[in-house]
Amino acid sequence: MHRLFQFKGGVVLKEHKKDSTATPVQPAKLPPTLILPLKQHIGTPAEPVVAVGDKVLKGQLIARAGDTICAPLHAPSSGTVLAIADHPVPHASGMSAPCIIIKTDGEERWRPRERNVFNFAELSAQELRGIIRDAGIVGLGGAGFPAAVKLDPGGRPVDTLILNGAECEPYITCDEMLLREHALEVLAGLLMMRHALNAKHCIIGIENNKPEAFRALDEEIRNSGADVEVVEVPTIYPTGSEKQLIQVLTGKEVPAGGLPIDIGIVCHNVGTAYAVYRAVEFDQPLISRYVTIAGSVAHARNLEVLIGTPLGNLIEECGGNRRSLRRIIVGGPMMGTAMHSDAVPVVKATNCVLVESTMHDVPLPSRDEYTMPCIRCGNCADACPVNLLPQQMYWYARARDFDKIQDYNLFDCIECGCCDYVCPSQIPLVGYYRYAKSEIWNQEAEKRLADLARERHQFREFRLEREKKERAERHKKKRSAVAKGGSDDKKAAIQAAMERVRAKKSEQDNVPKNTDDLTPAQQKQVNDADQRRREQSREEKIRESPSESKAKITQDRP
Amino acid sequence: MLSALIALGVLGVLFGLLLGYAAIRYKVEGDPLVEKIDAILPQTQCGQCGYPGCRPYAEAIARDEADINRCPPGGETVIIALADLLGRDPKPLDEECGEEKPKMVAYIQEEICIGCTLCIQACPVDAILGAAKQMHTIIESECTGCELCVDPCPVDCIDMVPVRQSLDTWKWPAPPPPPYEQPDDSAPNPQPAGAH
Repeated sequence: MHRLFQFKGGVVLKEHKKDSTATPVQPAKLPPTLILPLKQHIGTPAEPVVAVGDKVLKGQLIARAGDTICAPLHAPSSGTVLAIADHPVPHASGMSAPCIIIKTDGEERWRPRERNVFNFAELSAQELRGIIRDAGIVGLGGAGFPAAVKLDPGGRPVDTLILNGAECEPYITCDEMLLREHALEVLAGLLMMRHALNAKHCIIGIENNKPEAFRALDEEIRNSGADVEVVEVPTIYPTGSEKQLIQVLTGKEVPAGGLPIDIGIVCHNVGTAYAVYRAVEFDQPLISRYVTIAGSVAHARNLEVLIGTPLGNLIEECGGNRRSLRRIIVGGPMMGTAMHSDAVPVVKATNCVLVESTMHDVPLPSRDEYTMPCIRCGNCADACPVNLLPQQMYWYARARDFDKIQDYNLFDCIECGCCDYVCPSQIPLVGYYRYAKSEIWNQEAEKRLADLARERHQFREFRLEREKKERAERHKKKRSAVAKGGSDDKKAAIQAAMERVRAKKSEQDNVPKNTDDLTPAQQKQVNDADQRRREQSREEKIRESPSESKAKITQDRP
Repeated sequence: MLSALIALGVLGVLFGLLLGYAAIRYKVEGDPLVEKIDAILPQTQCGQCGYPGCRPYAEAIARDEADINRCPPGGETVIIALADLLGRDPKPLDEECGEEKPKMVAYIQEEICIGCTLCIQACPVDAILGAAKQMHTIIESECTGCELCVDPCPVDCIDMVPVRQSLDTWKWPAPPPPPYEQPDDSAPNPQPAGAH
């Protein structure tokens, strides 16, 4: 019997899990269009390698990873690339981001198989990580961190690999259904991950409200004789959080601001293990996942959904009523975020679509409209699983005192919502912490920009100063050159030029010749011509400056 | 008596030497206060405060020649930070300097630009790329939104546009003020002051 530990705080929640576990998982209907955000993971966005109008096959690479912390994207079904454009993505802001939009052709034609792995144990850890990376696998528990990066301990020894099947949030059952139906595959995936990490021990943690899943796994482990432990943990929210599960299973605490690898532990989700298995064994990239559709729908259940399927299609398939729809939450009721539209797609990290309607209220931790003043009861501090002082942080967030709130370890907050849930005054505490966190990140980003601007401004001033000095130096050189050598040459040149000008001028000053001894008729012709010339020039003058010339004309005519 | 005087005298000389040495060894170069003030200022280099850049303004504040409320791009945040640093009372932004605006970046309408380089010369952070008779363009990531390039442009092709929001720059909004704090004329607020 594995010895279990406890983390401080946490809450016991109503599960709401029975509805969606009654029917076996089926593939969701193929939607007419699939929307694939280029950034479905933590890190840099993937770079498209297809163009609009391209035909793509199921599983074909459509966007590659440009950076280490990035995951490639694959076409979830065969079809045509309709657009590479901004489309609303599942994010609390409701904003749009670049997506590849594929029009499906319904044929589901796979790309040819590129790789055959007969025995993964023969592969090096590096090769195995390469396969996982190329398959675009990210953590499927919710955070979406590229799995291959997490499977690279970077030379540090890994004592324990923990597979997270706790799934502690109400309503969500996708991991449970996966374990019930594919326990063997998950186990195989776990062994592959273990090989990549060279971990000594393997533990699978499952909350004790999923006895079927536990039994299925236990049986597979016993049949295969794998050196893996499956452990039932008490159902206390948030046991499914990485750091809390580690604490429950090993008694070790991940240091503040640190990672589990710092204490020799790596934790992955069961869904990730399944995806790893599919990638290694069948050369299938991550193009679908299990998603729970629950809440106010006629048939709450789990579906195997292609990445990129719009939420609206899933809700319709499960018999959700569009008219009474009030809100769509992606994730669970405690940590999920409300979407602004049902056109947003399922992404790799989407585990649950929770529908709230006028008929069915999802019990959310707190409601802004019922907020009352804080009575300093301290329930929030008791419930906090990471030993923070939610009340203090609340005051500082309200006062926008972002230095002080960091002294109270705001960034260790996992936003689990326990404090919200127990608050008798229904204060949206996590809302304040998210607000404070994003304000601090923003301030840091602004500080970086300010530093850059300062540097550039200083360099510009330095540059201007240098240019001024260089200019002054050039002038000085020229002046001294004029004053000193070559003065005779220059003077001679100037003299010669002046001579030339004089000669030209004297040429122009020629008076008409042959004007002596003219007949009176000839003289008259000359006089007329002179007169004409004078008048012409006067007209020109009038045209040039009318007012002045007019005055002259009036003077001319007395 | 004499020995005491000598001992004290020797001690005095020793400590004097020590202090003298420390003054040379640990001499502070520059004015650290100016650095601290400069670190708070947003480095827009816009000159709206009346000084030719953020650092001259920081120096003026340190010399007590300028007030702390003359930085419109920094707005309230900077005023509060400066007040904190200098132990002064925060006050509202000086209206003659300008008003607090959302962060902007310059945008050059490239079909109108004639390539005169006047904006390049005006830009305090060299964030405009171009050459004589070549089209100019703004390096968006380095533009501080100081607006100094807008006036020199002879063909009026530079506009200030709000910084584009992306998922990375998006911020969680502050939760709305609780109902008990919202002004309600029909019923007087029964909450005692002082709790918040």
